[in-house]
Amino acid sequence: MSETATAVQTDTHQEHHEELSFLYKYILPVDHKMIAMQYMFTGLIMAVIGGFFSYVFRMQLAFPGESVPLYGIVGPGEYNMMVTNHGTIMIFWVAMPVLIAAFGNYLIPLMCGCDDMVFPRLNRLSYQIFLVSALVLIFSFFVKGGGFGGAWTAYPPLSSVPEYNLTDWGSSLWILAVALEFVSFLLGGINFVTTAMNARAPGMKMLDIPIVVWFLVIAVILFMASVGPLIAGAVMLFMDQRIGTTFFLPSGGGDPLLWEHLFWFFGHPEVYVVLLPTMGIVAEIITVFSRKKLFGYRTILYTAFATGGLSFVVWAHHQFVAGIDPRMANVFVVTTLLISIPIAEMLFSYIATLYGGSIEYKTPMLWALSFLFAFLIGGVTGIYLGASALDVYFHDSYFVLAHFHYTFFPITIIGMFAAITYWFPKMFGRMMNETLGKIHFWGTFIPFNCIFLPLFFLGLAGQHRRIYNFSHYPDLATENMQDVRVFATTSLVVMLLFQAIFLYNFFYSIFKGKKAPENPWKANTLEWTVPSPPPHGNFKELPTVYRGAYEYSVPGRDSDYWPQNMPPDKS
Amino acid sequence: MSNRGPVATHRSTTGIPTGRLAVWWVVASEIFIFGGLIACFVLFKLNGTPGFEDASKTSVAAGAFNTFVLLTSSLTVVLAHAAIEKGERQKAFNYIWCTFGGGIVFLIVKTFEYSGKIISGNTITENLFWSFYYTMTGLHALHVIGGMVIMALISFDILKGYNFQRVELIGIYWHFVDLVWIFLFPLFYIANF
Repeated sequence: MSETATAVQTDTHQEHHEELSFLYKYILPVDHKMIAMQYMFTGLIMAVIGGFFSYVFRMQLAFPGESVPLYGIVGPGEYNMMVTNHGTIMIFWVAMPVLIAAFGNYLIPLMCGCDDMVFPRLNRLSYQIFLVSALVLIFSFFVKGGGFGGAWTAYPPLSSVPEYNLTDWGSSLWILAVALEFVSFLLGGINFVTTAMNARAPGMKMLDIPIVVWFLVIAVILFMASVGPLIAGAVMLFMDQRIGTTFFLPSGGGDPLLWEHLFWFFGHPEVYVVLLPTMGIVAEIITVFSRKKLFGYRTILYTAFATGGLSFVVWAHHQFVAGIDPRMANVFVVTTLLISIPIAEMLFSYIATLYGGSIEYKTPMLWALSFLFAFLIGGVTGIYLGASALDVYFHDSYFVLAHFHYTFFPITIIGMFAAITYWFPKMFGRMMNETLGKIHFWGTFIPFNCIFLPLFFLGLAGQHRRIYNFSHYPDLATENMQDVRVFATTSLVVMLLFQAIFLYNFFYSIFKGKKAPENPWKANTLEWTVPSPPPHGNFKELPTVYRGAYEYSVPGRDSDYWPQNMPPDKS
Repeated sequence: MSNRGPVATHRSTTGIPTGRLAVWWVVASEIFIFGGLIACFVLFKLNGTPGFEDASKTSVAAGAFNTFVLLTSSLTVVLAHAAIEKGERQKAFNYIWCTFGGGIVFLIVKTFEYSGKIISGNTITENLFWSFYYTMTGLHALHVIGGMVIMALISFDILKGYNFQRVELIGIYWHFVDLVWIFLFPLFYIANF
């Protein structure tokens, strides 16, 4: 480990970092970059599982009852299990680890100009708990009765009574895995916040911090403040399942609505927990590839604060038809519509950043721009659903499903690809292939729209979520509707096939790609001032910061970028 | 402070030592966990859920005694901090073990309470009041045990002469555990309507 005692340690002089054995470099690392890789690869493997589930249940919807290639006949219980775990995996085991844990770990120390997280061993522990949680979840698919199938929201009494959900241990292991994952991210989150608050390079003032670091920190604080009640709720649900308490069972004086409140008090801020890191990633990319200063740095920051604050008072818009007081629904309609204001303002600032810039359509930029486009559709359809009068009709329909896939797909998948293609040269020291990257981009983005745009119309036509076989419902089994389902499923298969290009490009480039220079994109932030990939300990000499992160195309300067650590007297 | 670990650990941009800052964040996240449980309990109680009058069956005397014990142990942990600030290692060591003793007394009283209630039929599945009682006091007791383990580990480091700042950190945590009990005591023992 790196804990060799050195004689003198001043703030800017690096301690000596010795070469590490294989075990401590790859299996039990304390280096934030290696832990970031662990999170990223675990997240990518989980994404493959979650993506495979979506393929299986979409095939069942398009061709009900027929044998699915690579899987076989899909039973109703298996269908429920896959729908449930697709949602759980994509949010808790893909979006959170890749966007927050992997890129948070990778970027926060590098962008803040320090050599590691403030608590490297806590960081390692947080990944290990995360790995255990992923293994528990995968294990839960194979126990007697199969994996949990009561939807990722796990409403009781379905989730709490084995006689109802028919997955006695599957549901208990599911809640255990989710709780472990929360603990892991609490530990990691404390590390992130403390690092960004306390370990910044000398000279880096609050408003010099890159937006992505700000947003990661705000996201983590939102997570810490919202997940507590759900951890309590998870304990209560687990005890309902295993000990026989009745926290959520009306028969014993409990209340199933309580779970919904606990779940959505977390669940809605969670949307912003994963949104903000992607918003930050996009901010970095659009400034670099339009060679312009970020429009309204402070405004963007304040909108993030406003979004974070408001996100705690909108949760009951998920429960308009769950039996809450209609007067309360009115209040939540107002807060829900209010939250669209700061988010829209943020998007406008991004568009204003692009305006008049000299835009380069590199692969990361394509992902970033497509994020703005797709997330806009997700956001605008959310306004329909936020109005309780409309939501009474739309609730639990495919309209809702299409809406949140238009938010979560851009956030998770597009955000992930944007970040990977942008920071790949730094992470692995080699460039990815641009042509393959662009083919992969169009091969993902077009099918994505072909999958989910039609689902809006199916939802408007009354198609309900979580139905195993629509041919059992004459109203929903018309030929037109079935054609749309086949179209969406075909698009999904096409999109999944295009991911092979990404995987090829990714792994080929890791080993055989063109060597990357220190700063291939000519960006300002500190991670681009160190070798690619950065050595253990990151900086040879820990940097001092002189300016904000977005000084692009400053008038009167020869070069169009101005690294944060370049002393003012040099040019 | 020791010279081990990355430079990042020893930086202090905010002016607050990193360890203290992190413990405050731990406390903040714990507040939301206990806060969630307390909010659930209070809502059920305000709704007039049957069974909540069982608060009269818990012994106010035992609860009050435990409150007294925990508050005293909070005092001794403050004294330990004051001692280590002056560099008096043996004195700090003794005060930490006084705090530890407070934790032991608290847990013994709690064990007698639990077993007495279980024998008289008030098990965790009896009704919602008892479910909350065992869940929340149990979670609190786990925090007490966790704090005691950490305290024991810290005390020997101090005697050997390093990581003095950790006395303050465990003190912050111990005060938090104490504060949670200050909320649990009236909810489960006094408010017996």
